[in-house]
Amino acid sequence: MSKRVLLQGNEAVVEGALAAGMRFFAGYPITPSTEIAEQASLRLPLCDGHFIQMEDEISSMAAVIGASAAGVKSMTATSGPGFSLKQENIGYACLSEIPCVIVDVQRSGPSTGLPTSPSQGDYMQARWGTHGDHPVIALSPSSVGECYTLTVRAFDLSEKYRTPVILLMDEIIGHLREGVELPGKITPAERPVYEDPECLRHPYHIPEGAWVPGMKPFGQGEFYNVTGLIHDEEGFPTNSNEAARRLVRRLLDKIEKNYDDIVTVEEFMTEDADTLIVCFGGTARAAKEAVLEARAAGVRAGLFRPVTVWPFPEKELFALSGRVKRILTVEHNDGQMAREVERAVRGRCETAFLGKIDGSVITPREILEAVKEGRRNGK
Amino acid sequence: MEQQKRLIINTAWCKGCGICAAFCPKEALEIRNEKVRLKEDAQCVLCGACELRCPDYAIYIEKGTREDG
Amino acid sequence: MASELIGKYMREDKLPHIWCPGCGNGILMRDVAQAIDDLGLDKRKVVIVSGIGCSSRAAGYMDFNTIHTTHGRAIAFATGIKMANPSLEVIVITGDGDASAIGGNHLIHAARRNIGLTVVVFNNSIYGMTGGQYSPTTPRGDYGTTAPYGNIDRPFDIAQLAAGAGASFAARGDAYHVQKTVDLIKKGIAHKGFAIIDCLTVCPTYYGRKNKKGGAVEMMKFQKENFIPEEIAARMTSEQLAGKRVLGVVANNDYPELTEEYAALIARAKERAGGGK
Repeated sequence: MSKRVLLQGNEAVVEGALAAGMRFFAGYPITPSTEIAEQASLRLPLCDGHFIQMEDEISSMAAVIGASAAGVKSMTATSGPGFSLKQENIGYACLSEIPCVIVDVQRSGPSTGLPTSPSQGDYMQARWGTHGDHPVIALSPSSVGECYTLTVRAFDLSEKYRTPVILLMDEIIGHLREGVELPGKITPAERPVYEDPECLRHPYHIPEGAWVPGMKPFGQGEFYNVTGLIHDEEGFPTNSNEAARRLVRRLLDKIEKNYDDIVTVEEFMTEDADTLIVCFGGTARAAKEAVLEARAAGVRAGLFRPVTVWPFPEKELFALSGRVKRILTVEHNDGQMAREVERAVRGRCETAFLGKIDGSVITPREILEAVKEGRRNGK
Repeated sequence: MEQQKRLIINTAWCKGCGICAAFCPKEALEIRNEKVRLKEDAQCVLCGACELRCPDYAIYIEKGTREDG
Repeated sequence: MASELIGKYMREDKLPHIWCPGCGNGILMRDVAQAIDDLGLDKRKVVIVSGIGCSSRAAGYMDFNTIHTTHGRAIAFATGIKMANPSLEVIVITGDGDASAIGGNHLIHAARRNIGLTVVVFNNSIYGMTGGQYSPTTPRGDYGTTAPYGNIDRPFDIAQLAAGAGASFAARGDAYHVQKTVDLIKKGIAHKGFAIIDCLTVCPTYYGRKNKKGGAVEMMKFQKENFIPEEIAARMTSEQLAGKRVLGVVANNDYPELTEEYAALIARAKERAGGGK
């Protein structure tokens, strides 16, 4: 049974997390994500969960991984500078395959930047922030309702693929307050646990047909080692090049080969579009408005919104690029996703970019102008 | 059934640091070719001091049992 | 082929360990196992958490749930584990650089919160894994590869540092005095709040060689002669104790433990939410 409530984006994240089974949150205050920590501190004890305000961003990420290793679904939330600090331990979670969810409510950067101004400048950091070749899933909500549903999905994907999942929000959505329809009871995914003797003996052994290990949480009587070093099937460090290749390849493949399960997009008025706007997160709200205004002005515009922003939905965009004349990427940065768009489109249609780096919002009018301008230029 | 203690040396794990020999109260141990061994005229009393300070777990007192006595 | 204790608590197939000949870490790792055995802890309830450095390789050898984390962050990972499941006995094995340099902030805050972790520091006064750089516990005037003219920093006393930050149990042990150190680790594990045992170990390969302290045997002899268990020190005059370090308990207080406080908080929150008063 669903219910309709008025929520802020940041609050909806906490509600979604609790519905998904989150019972541990560690964080450090930072604008514009602080409401997530505040709400978690209020709500978790009522669900027998634990909240802790750690001494910094690094330890928050570490505590989340520790709690998850003990079998409890865990989350942290931060913003740009804090996201940078968490990166080392995000890489640890990637390699050791400990599920966790990291919320980054992006703000204007670089450095301390404009703490209360919107930005999408962490798009590439979400993909490449931690060192080394590593898997990443990042989802970006565009409404308060999606803050809830995508947080649930972030936990589900994290458990299923035993990997950190980033909820890449922006200040626009984090602080947006709107009415949402919360779903009734949901059945969250749980991480795989394998009981067969081979897996119990070798906790990082991958059975035929599986992508991830299935070790039991700490405290349940199966003794094994977890490490951030390249490890063998027992979880013991090794210097073997073959073991390194096999492990890192599988970590990348478990996401890449399951693209269809992970990647979702929203398409709005794309059927007959000749100008396609590519836009994600809070900024997509202005883009949708611009599409409607363009249509009213007789311009056949459409919106392609990556909901899964990493992996980038290149298959879907490539398919569309054969049907449109031009793609305009609109994002709140200096063209981070635009590069992914060009890579995916492979020159099949004209591409253009509209971005902002001054902390102010991108308006529907600005997008509409860019659509029209492009059309004129295109002739 | 009586307790039968004996000194065990696992030369595979011994790194020859010499700590056991240096602190043996009976001076019963020596290092030869980078491995510990019991001296020929050793007066080992199975006190276990060597076991406590062996960083490599290469020497210890086995607390075995013997049926007949 | 291993003793009963080693067979029971170590991953025998991973031995011999990677530590250098004469490294005191092996002695301290055995001390931890001995303390666990003496206390009769349920192996399934023990989690060993380590950071990065020579000390932290211990996690891989110990047959429990073990987690070898990132540099300096072992206490922070351990905090999450303990909060998520307070019934676990969480033991952190860390080094002087790991615990008091890169991880210093986590150390003092875990001590302040008094969360029920036991932290055993394998303190060798040097960064061993990277080849002998000076650390926050390298004495003044000593040498490291990054202190070629002698260290001018003043060193930390880790046990005092933790006690000052509010650790309810802090103690100092070493590699030589095995029974004393095992006893201190046992007291630390049995202690309800945050417990830290700063164990001075020997690093003949880097610290010893750089500072002409001799080999493992000479360094252990130095500990035997200069580190005095508290019960013996109590019978010595201040003249006799001049230049010596005392091994034993530095702080032992009964402060509220964090996870117990949180359990009470949950009850309070629920009462407030459901109370309607």
